Amino acid sequence: MMAKRIQTKKGLDIAIEGKPKLNTVELPIPDIIKIIPDHYPIIPKLSVRVGDKLEAGSAVLFDKNNPDILVTSPVSGEVLAINRGERRKILDITIAVDKTISYKSFDSIDWKKATADNIKTALLESGMWTYIKQRPYDCVANPALTPKAIFISTYDSAPLAPSYEYIVKEEAVAFQKGVDIIAKLTAGKVYLGVKANSDCNIFTEAKNVEVVRLDGPHPVGNPSVMIQQLEPMNKGNIMWTISLQAVLFIGRFATTGSVNFTKKVALSGPEVRMPQYYQTIVGAGIEDMIKDNVFDEKHLRYISGNVLTGTKIALDGCVAAADNQVTVIAEGDEVHEMIGWGMPRFNKFSVSRSYFSWLLRNKITPKFDARIMGGKRAIIMSGEYDNVFPFDIFPEYLIKAMITKDIDRMEVLGIYEVIPEDFALCEFVCTSKLEIQKIAQEAIDYMRQEME
Amino acid sequence: MNFLRKQVDKIKPHFEEGGKFAKLHSVFDGFETFLFVPNQTAKSGTHIHDCIDAKRTMITVLVALMPALLFGMFNIGYQHYLAIGQTVTFWDQLFFGVLAVLPKIVVSYIVGLGIEFVFAQIKKEEIQEGFLVSGMLIPMIMPIETPLWMIGLATAFAVVFGKEVFGGTGFNIFNVALVTRAFLFFAYPSWMSGDEVFVRTTDTFGFGGGTLVDGYSGATPLGEIATATTQQVHLTAVNGDPIGLWEMFVGLIPGSIAETSVLAILLGAAVLLFTGVASWKIMLSVFAGGTAMALLFNVFGVNAAMSLTPLEHILLGGFAFGAVFMATDPVTGARTEKGKWIYGFLIGVFGILIRVLNPGYPEGMMLAILLMNMFAPLIDYFVVEGNIKRRMKRVKSTVIKA
Repeated sequence: MMAKRIQTKKGLDIAIEGKPKLNTVELPIPDIIKIIPDHYPIIPKLSVRVGDKLEAGSAVLFDKNNPDILVTSPVSGEVLAINRGERRKILDITIAVDKTISYKSFDSIDWKKATADNIKTALLESGMWTYIKQRPYDCVANPALTPKAIFISTYDSAPLAPSYEYIVKEEAVAFQKGVDIIAKLTAGKVYLGVKANSDCNIFTEAKNVEVVRLDGPHPVGNPSVMIQQLEPMNKGNIMWTISLQAVLFIGRFATTGSVNFTKKVALSGPEVRMPQYYQTIVGAGIEDMIKDNVFDEKHLRYISGNVLTGTKIALDGCVAAADNQVTVIAEGDEVHEMIGWGMPRFNKFSVSRSYFSWLLRNKITPKFDARIMGGKRAIIMSGEYDNVFPFDIFPEYLIKAMITKDIDRMEVLGIYEVIPEDFALCEFVCTSKLEIQKIAQEAIDYMRQEME
Repeated sequence: MNFLRKQVDKIKPHFEEGGKFAKLHSVFDGFETFLFVPNQTAKSGTHIHDCIDAKRTMITVLVALMPALLFGMFNIGYQHYLAIGQTVTFWDQLFFGVLAVLPKIVVSYIVGLGIEFVFAQIKKEEIQEGFLVSGMLIPMIMPIETPLWMIGLATAFAVVFGKEVFGGTGFNIFNVALVTRAFLFFAYPSWMSGDEVFVRTTDTFGFGGGTLVDGYSGATPLGEIATATTQQVHLTAVNGDPIGLWEMFVGLIPGSIAETSVLAILLGAAVLLFTGVASWKIMLSVFAGGTAMALLFNVFGVNAAMSLTPLEHILLGGFAFGAVFMATDPVTGARTEKGKWIYGFLIGVFGILIRVLNPGYPEGMMLAILLMNMFAPLIDYFVVEGNIKRRMKRVKSTVIKA
């Protein structure tokens, strides 16, 4: 049977220097790792105290709303410190790692015969559950519910994104196992989004899923695109999305019976000397891959994730649990560009054609830094967002409803069909420099608080 | 450049909160961001941004206005020397025009930007660039003989009541420049139409004095058509010579300062469309609507105005100027893509409708655009409602299936 195909025209691929080479450097497991609660979609409560000994797989945090949902330690060791910030917010749990890692053993189950409830229990106990996201609200999935369908995207279309085909290469067994288990969690289908021209058999010939070819500019790889085209979200629907990395975590857990939170991270961006992949572990700092590997004569910004949706992290920070990418760009705060609005700006990117860089787009790779390149204004231009927003939604109207926190209006305008990352390109092209992802996140949080 | 940056950094503290000139913070910020791209970096969301901003957008529109403005200045001189029957060089004509027009631009900017600066400071916001365009458009759509105090008064009215009361750039319902013109049109009608305001017959600051030629008429072609008693009108220039389509296209006819030359306006349109700043859908559909309405009137053709061909309608008066520079204002126009087609088309239709059927005033573009400014949100409402209905239908059908 021909695979389903989704073709989108609206969107934007932004060319940036520093695409990671398909080569992996294996980093040793560091002496210290940090569990950062902000990296998980839960309201964190501590399960440990300073001095506690942990095994890989022991609970570190649980969700205030559902104590069954655990964050587990990727390593064995001793809790060194629990650092708190303002209003006693937990910033991180620092763990001193044992010389040899000991793994917590979980009850072995026969995955083939296991019911959805057996599987849920196993995934909850092992800390896998925090990686399963739910629509609406893009929050951690509620284990009490059964989703209408589950979506896995193996195509990250964002700038400099890691190649999941490369990441999965040596883990065909774990991948398929993960998919098999996930498939038992829904009465509906599991959709596997695959890059249109992918020749990766692990994905294209995966069992227990419906393969969907994704063709078009970014954000075609966002799960929202698949959801809208295949099983559009209506009010009351529950859908789950799972990242490829999470599928691998689950698959490894099912094959070995213990947690294995190692992962490949693509170090990318114009300020990286040698952009490539690093084998590391959840909670490890980025310093080992950054050291002597960046052009640090200027201020740099380290981002966990990609330049559109990622989170800014410090040099001593670590990659967010669910991310497979670190991007390094110039901060740009020491740059004072004179009369920039009047210059031709051949080396700057703009979709608008009012600068002339578009004439040279194939000859000069534009330079980027973190400046917002203008002042915040009310929305002036029209139609800007529509060109980069491949959904059957009027983005400007939805954004206005979000700003005014008008829930009824948001509902009818399609709030359930999108999450903040889908607005990233709108934010990128916005002449008025609106913080649209922040607006969307706040609106969705507000809505969840009012509706639940 | 480093020197300049150092100077700016040195005086900057005086303009911050608690500084000597804290009351001028917005003004300082306006000038600083004018000189240097702000070095503010992204705090949330996307880490990189498109380098387009409001400044570049507005400057692009200003660039697009330049051909029409320069031609307008030249044409003011041309018409003047034609009226007094002197043959002078191109540069003399241009110089006369610059002298006549420049004070209007200065007044419009000083009054408008002054008010904007005050409002920005009160609201503790950055100065918005919107008025850079409005302030240029205002003198461009005035008859040359409009007194400076009138322009100042009307600009103040438009900026305060047409824009700032709604919240500033991006929130206004009506095109600011057209509010200025409409204010004068209703407050001082004799200064905005007729055959005595579109050609300067006296000297400007002592330059270009002379006496009018015999057979002088200062009426615009549309004025001639409106007052014509026969169905066939022979349009004449100010000195009585006949004028044809070529003069109309190039713009060597009397009219508001910068609206006469369709050639110059098309150059501006090319800039706007090439850069993607203005919507080609609106522009095209205004011309389509105007053409359709003119053809419809041609069918009846009972008077001179009804008999004008679509081409003549487009070449005369403010039709092209309105279509290219006014209707495409994104803030006051329709914002949905479907809506833009309807919005533009109706501007074309009403522009010609008012022009032909309104007995008092020969031009209709201003009123047509202001009218459609008012209806643009309604048009968008129905377009968006279509999307909502589709979504609701899907919800309903799946509920029934389940």
